[in-house]
Amino acid sequence: MSPAIRIEQVSKRFGSVHALDAVDLEVQPGEFFGLLGPNGAGKTTLISALAGLVRPDAGRLRVMNHDVQADYRAARRQLGVVPQELVFDPFFSVRESLQIQSGYFGIADNDTWIDEILENLGLTSKANVNMRMLSGGMKRRVLVAQALVHRPPVIVLDEPTAGVDVELRQTLWAFIRRLNQAGHTVVLTTHYLEEAEMLCNRIAMLKAGRIVALDTTHNLLRRFSTHSLRLRVEGSIPTELLRGATESGGWWSLPFDAFGEVEPILARLRGADCRITDLEVGKPDLEEVFVRVMQGSLQGQG
Amino acid sequence: MRGGFSTLLYKEVLRFWKVAAQTVAAPVLTALLYLLIFSHVLEGHVKIHGIAYTAFLIPGLVIMSVLQNAFANSSSSLIQSKVTGNIVFVLLPPISYLEFFAAYVLASVVRGVVVGSGVLLATVWFAPLGFAEPWWIVIFAVLGGSILGSLGVIAGIWAEKFDQLAAFQNFLIMPLTFLSGVFYSVHSLPPFWQQLSHWNPIFYMIDGFRHGFFGVSDASPWLSLAVVGSCFAVLTVFTLNLLKSGYKLRD
Ligand SMILES: Nc1ncnc2c1ncn2[C@@H]1O[C@H](COP(=O)(O)OP(=O)(O)O)[C@@H](O)[C@H]1O
Ligand SMILES: [Mg+2]
Repeated sequence: MSPAIRIEQVSKRFGSVHALDAVDLEVQPGEFFGLLGPNGAGKTTLISALAGLVRPDAGRLRVMNHDVQADYRAARRQLGVVPQELVFDPFFSVRESLQIQSGYFGIADNDTWIDEILENLGLTSKANVNMRMLSGGMKRRVLVAQALVHRPPVIVLDEPTAGVDVELRQTLWAFIRRLNQAGHTVVLTTHYLEEAEMLCNRIAMLKAGRIVALDTTHNLLRRFSTHSLRLRVEGSIPTELLRGATESGGWWSLPFDAFGEVEPILARLRGADCRITDLEVGKPDLEEVFVRVMQGSLQGQG
Repeated sequence: MRGGFSTLLYKEVLRFWKVAAQTVAAPVLTALLYLLIFSHVLEGHVKIHGIAYTAFLIPGLVIMSVLQNAFANSSSSLIQSKVTGNIVFVLLPPISYLEFFAAYVLASVVRGVVVGSGVLLATVWFAPLGFAEPWWIVIFAVLGGSILGSLGVIAGIWAEKFDQLAAFQNFLIMPLTFLSGVFYSVHSLPPFWQQLSHWNPIFYMIDGFRHGFFGVSDASPWLSLAVVGSCFAVLTVFTLNLLKSGYKLRD
């Protein structure tokens, strides 16, 4: 089966800024894929190139095996994009906006599906309200709905939860998850790393237009982040246990890879007369991975 | 609403129709005021081609309204969509640049013709008006609207701010329409200005349009058709290439 998204050697400059620098990336059908990176890393530019909103200086992009330039009609039918900017057309109601968007994709009578989307995004009561009257969160929901009117097999969401309340985040992710389980490929950018960790099966990290990490979420967590034993103690920790350890605010953090290592560590502490007053087990998290990858790539460049 | 073209056309027409007080009623009122003032001052003093001044003026005001509103429609819709960012809604779907062009231009023609018909309805009572060769009326209204609609597409894509668009409108479109025989016959001008007018394509739109009412005009309607038709052909090719290049829309 061909990949849902194939990006080959894509570069894009804006003046002196290298927004994308020879990016290679494949996303397989059915994946829930995360695209992470600090502001200005090039995430939006990459998504725009995929959607045909930006023309790359070099390289090729395909959506469901359709070239986004040469075969743009087919490529765009396969793709639903939720833009980062909170945009809306002030002339129309929610339903009108969705009907018009359906028409652009050549779908004449789409009300059954539109009702289903509205229901799933908690927009039913706003269907006939003018876009201008909606709150920011509601406008964001409509933006998601507009990306879905043509039931695209590939859905791309560019920071859909930036500045959005908890309720919408939960509604949105429940819906997007269901779509993913029904076979839609999902690509997501977000600044909420716990969100990406929870949802994405694979992650690419982008920095200054380059991909600096690309792996399954599981492997990234394993490779760059470890479990740790977090302790408060009375007495001093034996020096042989302090390799890789850090201390902050009275808490020591001792890294370990396998749970089998925990008991020997505790035994050593007991043997050294070091009394534990508080203890918790820290799990690997994406935040730590992210920080390490970004620092690592900085050193790599220097 | 089936294809990209018909939906975009429908959306563009609905857009101006929802604010018809501003996009239709206001220009009709403006044209009516022009008629009242100019005919009050000049009626009885001026006759052109043997036609009473008010009767001469009405078709001029009608076609001027068609042209100005056709331009206003595509240009203001595009600049608004660009500034607010909702232009992505038409850039993301599989709409070809030909469909894009046709929809924006045709919606402009619709707006122009709706306003023009409104002006005609409001002013026709003020003077006896013939409809000598009505097909010219239709041809020049549609072609003139298409040309200004295309110019509106170009201006709307080129302009990045509202004041740039206003400059385009105030320094190019307005002078060209005013200086093209809406209020007078160019034959009444000094030779230099007469010569200059013959280089202004809008002169031919107005002259040809007026021919439809009176059966007489400064230039032959066939010459006017040739000039206006070639103008539209050139603009079409230019605008299509602009859209195809992605200029300022897909950078
Ligand atoms: N239209 C544009 N014109 C000029 N520079 C741009 C444009 N779009 C993006 N950039 C620049 O390209 C870089 C990548 O931006 P972007 O793709 O928006 O990053 P991200 O989405 O990861 O925050 C940034 O330095 C940004 O300033
Ligand atoms: Mg971005």
